[in-house]
Amino acid sequence: MSTDLGAQVAGIKEDYKYGFRESDANYNYKSGKGLNRHTVEEISEMKNEPQWMREFRLKGLETFQQKPLPQWGGNLNDLDFQDIHYFVRATDRQGKSWDDVPAEIKRTFDKLGIPEAEKKFLAGVGAQYESEVVYHSLREDLAAKGVIFTDMDSALRDYPDLVKEYFGTVIPINDNKFAALNSAVWSGGSFVYIPAGVKVDIPLQAYFRINAENMGQFERTLIIVEEGAQVHYVEGCTAPIYTSESLHSAVVEIIVKKGGRCRYTTIQNWANNIYNLVTKRAVAHEDALMEWVDGNLGSRLTMKYPAVYMVGKGARAEILSIAFAGKGQHQDAGGKVVHAAPYTTSRIISKSISKHGGRSSYRGLLKVADGAYGSKSNVVCDALILDPQSRSDTYPYIEIDEDDVKIGHEASVSKIGEEQLFYLRSRGLSEAEAATLIVNGFIEPLVKELPMEYAVEMNKLIELQMEGSVG
Amino acid sequence: MSTKTLRIENLHVSVEGKPILRGVNLTINQGETHALMGPNGSGKSTLSYALMGHPNYEITDGTAYLGDVNLLELEADERAKAGLFLAFQYPTSIPGVTMANFLRHAVTNVRMPDRKEGEDLISMRDFRKELKQKMDELGMDGDFARRYLNEGFSGGEKKRAEVLQLAMLQPAFAILDETDSGLDIDAVRVVSEGVNRVAKAQGTGVLVITHYQRILNYIQPQFVHILYGGRIVENGGPELVTTLEREGYDWIRAKYPQEARVEDELEASASAVV
Ligand SMILES: Nc1ncnc2c1ncn2[C@@H]1O[C@H](COP(=O)(O)OP(=O)(O)OP(=O)(O)O)[C@@H](O)[C@H]1O
Ligand SMILES: [Mg+2]
Repeated sequence: MSTDLGAQVAGIKEDYKYGFRESDANYNYKSGKGLNRHTVEEISEMKNEPQWMREFRLKGLETFQQKPLPQWGGNLNDLDFQDIHYFVRATDRQGKSWDDVPAEIKRTFDKLGIPEAEKKFLAGVGAQYESEVVYHSLREDLAAKGVIFTDMDSALRDYPDLVKEYFGTVIPINDNKFAALNSAVWSGGSFVYIPAGVKVDIPLQAYFRINAENMGQFERTLIIVEEGAQVHYVEGCTAPIYTSESLHSAVVEIIVKKGGRCRYTTIQNWANNIYNLVTKRAVAHEDALMEWVDGNLGSRLTMKYPAVYMVGKGARAEILSIAFAGKGQHQDAGGKVVHAAPYTTSRIISKSISKHGGRSSYRGLLKVADGAYGSKSNVVCDALILDPQSRSDTYPYIEIDEDDVKIGHEASVSKIGEEQLFYLRSRGLSEAEAATLIVNGFIEPLVKELPMEYAVEMNKLIELQMEGSVG
Repeated sequence: MSTKTLRIENLHVSVEGKPILRGVNLTINQGETHALMGPNGSGKSTLSYALMGHPNYEITDGTAYLGDVNLLELEADERAKAGLFLAFQYPTSIPGVTMANFLRHAVTNVRMPDRKEGEDLISMRDFRKELKQKMDELGMDGDFARRYLNEGFSGGEKKRAEVLQLAMLQPAFAILDETDSGLDIDAVRVVSEGVNRVAKAQGTGVLVITHYQRILNYIQPQFVHILYGGRIVENGGPELVTTLEREGYDWIRAKYPQEARVEDELEASASAVV
């Protein structure tokens, strides 16, 4: 990572801090708790949507109501869908004050070096913008090349044909219960369109934060990378926010056309009470490359398996996943790759850390269709367990319908090495410091794939998670 | 600077319930160089680990003081801060952790023992400069600073890296557990010179554990000890090394039949495990 790029990235973040976009009026809307036909119609009406989207939402609701809760993955039994707000507008929130924010949260902000103004925003006491996307910045030269980077609601208004053509094509409404829910109540998210041959050389970033009590966050992102185009999209949510039971259920759809490249990087650090149930999928056409870099910290339960469907000859998929499960947390994460064309290659690397009774599961699907000859896939998942109370499991599902393929699968589970700890401690490092260094070393191969500021933040987050945790 | 003494008295150490050391006595003053020799499995590394505070090495009796600090009450990191250093016989590798990052943490902790966790590390600029100089002195390529700790290092590179750490941490007492093994002939000289430089500058008390005379030609001990059957059975000067080189351990065996039985038992139980 060149410092040049780092500086550019930092510059973007600077913009973000000060560049809140005031959009239309009607700020004080907040839907009541619970979900029914009325809620969905109201959302669509509020947003002044075209008829097809309204129908899409209603079909989403119907499907959501029909589908049973998944019986695999994590425990969803305490999730009460009627106790959630499905739509919250920016300025509508309870009048909290900085003094109400727990010391623990304040301390975390300090450790992360979050500036004063943003701290209040994150804690839900400053001016804040919730279900709406808070930041979009796009260099003018990119706009001149035809790059579109905007929030999904604006895109639906400003580029209705483009949105209609692709929306819901990668992840159909009936894909799974939570994709259906998102289809019904989605709000915010990003829309990115990169025209043929355009290479975007800086990461595009979007920040989403959860911070109203009982607030649901259902963003919907759609990225279209035309032939030979390239983009790196970065999504960050590192704020540990306190709320009561809360649900985050996003949908991300990506289409990478012939010879295009897309990398999608996420670092998320949800508050410990949040259910984070996200469907992310990309379709990679001929010779296209799709990369998911996914870091999951916090939350009560995360279920997230970024997927790539390789539908064109020579398409490639790369999924890097990091999960950190602390006390009371279950990270059920992994990746899915489907080889549906010849000479397609995929690689999944997953690293998970469990401590203080946390549980991390790797769940992966590798599918090679009949006719996808000459395809190659390699899956490596490593788990690090920091104490005897913690747990890690691996659920690799493999379906191969083609003979001419090369498949590799390795899984390892290790306890934090006693000899490694002793070695570091014999050099004056405290137990926590030594363990932190070892954990950071364990995920380093993935962290170095992150943009600089995210890498730094990731290491800091690990440090915070590790504090006083061993022994 | 007042000179300190490392004083080990009647030290008994067990590993997994198995007694290995059975009453070791050893006193080293700062500024002195001692050599510790003894056949394979006699307990030399066990002594090193026990002094450094490895949790699996249980002290069942005896004392160990560094100056007036009771080492046995301290965790390994506190012993390092108190001025003790161990160059490992088999250094562990730590994937993903660069040598430079690790050493910056180590140096900060040892030089500023009262620093609170989370407070700033020593200045990056000064640290880099010092590290580069010490690496040059040890004939190490600058790339090592960016490499992951001991990961993929050759046997000799690992030993050099241990001495680099010694040079950076500048301890009051250093135990070198077979630092010469795995080093080529030139490297033994370079590494020994490195140790001597630190010892001279810091007045470090050095305990060299070795099987061979070669390293002792460079790091010259005033005192030589032979560990056998879990006890130090012979104390002498450099002439002891010459005797061992010439005659091996048979005469020790003959002279200390009781310790010889202990050695045999240990060997039998060790091979039973394998
Ligand atoms: N962790 C352990 N578990 C079981 N046995 C051990 C352990 N550590 C040491 N021992 C036993 O203690 C005895 C002494 O071992 P130690 O490594 O101290 O010998 P040494 O003198 O350093 O030998 P060498 O010259 O080969 O390095 C041996 O019998 C060894 O098998
Ligand atoms: Mg040994």
